[in-house]
Amino acid sequence: MAEVKYYLPEGLPTPRAQRDGLDKEYWDATRRHELVAQRCNSCGGFQWGPEAICHRCHSFDLGWAKLSGRGRLYSWIRTWNPVHPALREACPYLVAVVQIPEADNIRMVGNLLGDPLQNPPFDVEVEAVFEDHPDATLVHWKVVDG
Amino acid sequence: MSEYTVKDRVAIIGVGETKYYKRGQSPLSEFRLACEAIKRAAEDAGIDVREIDGISGYANDRNEASRVATALGLKQVGFMGMVWGGGGGGGSAAVGNAAAAIVAGYAKYVVVFRALAQGQFGRFGQAPVSQHVSGAAAYTAPYGLFVPAQWVALRTRRFMHDYGINQEPLAAVALADYYHAQFNPRAVMYGHPLTREQYDKSRWIVEPFHLYDCCMENDGAAALILTSADRARDSRKKPAYILAAAQGSGYRHAATVENSFDYSSSNFKTLAPRLYEMAGITPKDVDCAQIYEHFSGAVMISLVEHGFCQPEEVMEFVTFDNITAPNGKLPVNTSGGNIAECYMHGLELVIEAARQVRGDSTCQVPDCKISLVASGPMVSPVSDLLVHSM
Ligand SMILES: [Zn+2]
Repeated sequence: MAEVKYYLPEGLPTPRAQRDGLDKEYWDATRRHELVAQRCNSCGGFQWGPEAICHRCHSFDLGWAKLSGRGRLYSWIRTWNPVHPALREACPYLVAVVQIPEADNIRMVGNLLGDPLQNPPFDVEVEAVFEDHPDATLVHWKVVDG
Repeated sequence: MSEYTVKDRVAIIGVGETKYYKRGQSPLSEFRLACEAIKRAAEDAGIDVREIDGISGYANDRNEASRVATALGLKQVGFMGMVWGGGGGGGSAAVGNAAAAIVAGYAKYVVVFRALAQGQFGRFGQAPVSQHVSGAAAYTAPYGLFVPAQWVALRTRRFMHDYGINQEPLAAVALADYYHAQFNPRAVMYGHPLTREQYDKSRWIVEPFHLYDCCMENDGAAALILTSADRARDSRKKPAYILAAAQGSGYRHAATVENSFDYSSSNFKTLAPRLYEMAGITPKDVDCAQIYEHFSGAVMISLVEHGFCQPEEVMEFVTFDNITAPNGKLPVNTSGGNIAECYMHGLELVIEAARQVRGDSTCQVPDCKISLVASGPMVSPVSDLLVHSM
């Protein structure tokens, strides 16, 4: 049996930074295995996904802050129906929504690594795991053993 | 009473639909289906199609209003409007906009329609296939998070976790839809009853949604015609008067990558109070409700946000007995809705609300005076409508 290279099979669309440069820093950082999020240089608030203006203070002076890579499992789903041709042999798989307390509780999405039949508790601590593809790096999550 | 209202100034005077088909089964083009539904609605209203002078739609409709006006030879058009967003969120808003256009004097007879032929075009429940993705979808699609079933499931699961809810209310919604459809010859699932055992044994699409918790995908078209209360008095059928309409969204509900401020909200929290205030009623006055069910879980959350029960009471309130006609406390989706009548992006729910207050539903709620429509749970914008008989 071939070694499992990625959590989901190849053939899903791969991410690319937006043409307007709005999220270039995020995708560049994942290549270095760093997790960053958009943070306002004016009021210090986080927001996600990235946007052209700070929704709190309306400043256009937005920057990026490095995160620890830890968060809480806010919700998760197990998908059984392949909604994309590349997923035909990949079901079930888990998708996690992770809330990041250190960043104003913004939420990020990734796959939840490990047994696809696991039933992880809500709000359990998870940590980011980087998965390198030829032209982009994905950010998955795994439950922190405690 | 505020003068800034559509309350009792406008009525739905005609409804019509084509035959409803399973996805890809329509022998007719989507545009032809649209024209046919509009003709039938005009016939039901007792007006000549050429009297229509307003067209109100909602996003994801491919049948351009100008083409419709041209094809039907409308003498003049004073209003063409479309609601932002996607899916079914604009269904009630399209009716609300039609009512506003009539009150403003832009048009006298406004048609609201929806036509779908998913064989002719792509499917809504499947992801488009592309090599690269950027923008908000770049943070979800590479992880296999593509379709509404998945993001509605994520939010529903959090809600279920927060309030100790199990599969029962979801099953109740699916079974009630199928039950009601057995009385409705228009329903795609007419003659196909669903048992609890079949529900439990059906495959998971995405937990907590079984196959039967999900809307169908269908071909067909539906339309309804509105006019002013003055003109409605002479119409053939009993008018369904607009009691209130509301549309919009709560704070940062559309934040991308699952960052809606109020994550598991159906997005009706800010609309429902405005709706009831305009109508001058409370949830207790509502005789039946047509709640957009792309997925069963969103119905229970919508019921909560429209004030029919507290989140802690969902397990007691959202039961098959309570939500089925004719004797339930609040009959819900009495035509079979998106799950068992036809997935006409919820316009069939608006039509059913009108039929209930006219008194000619196939699953009539006795002495139904007021019916609610809630369109599009969890999307942005969402919209609401209350119709009543006078
Ligand atoms: Zn700011």
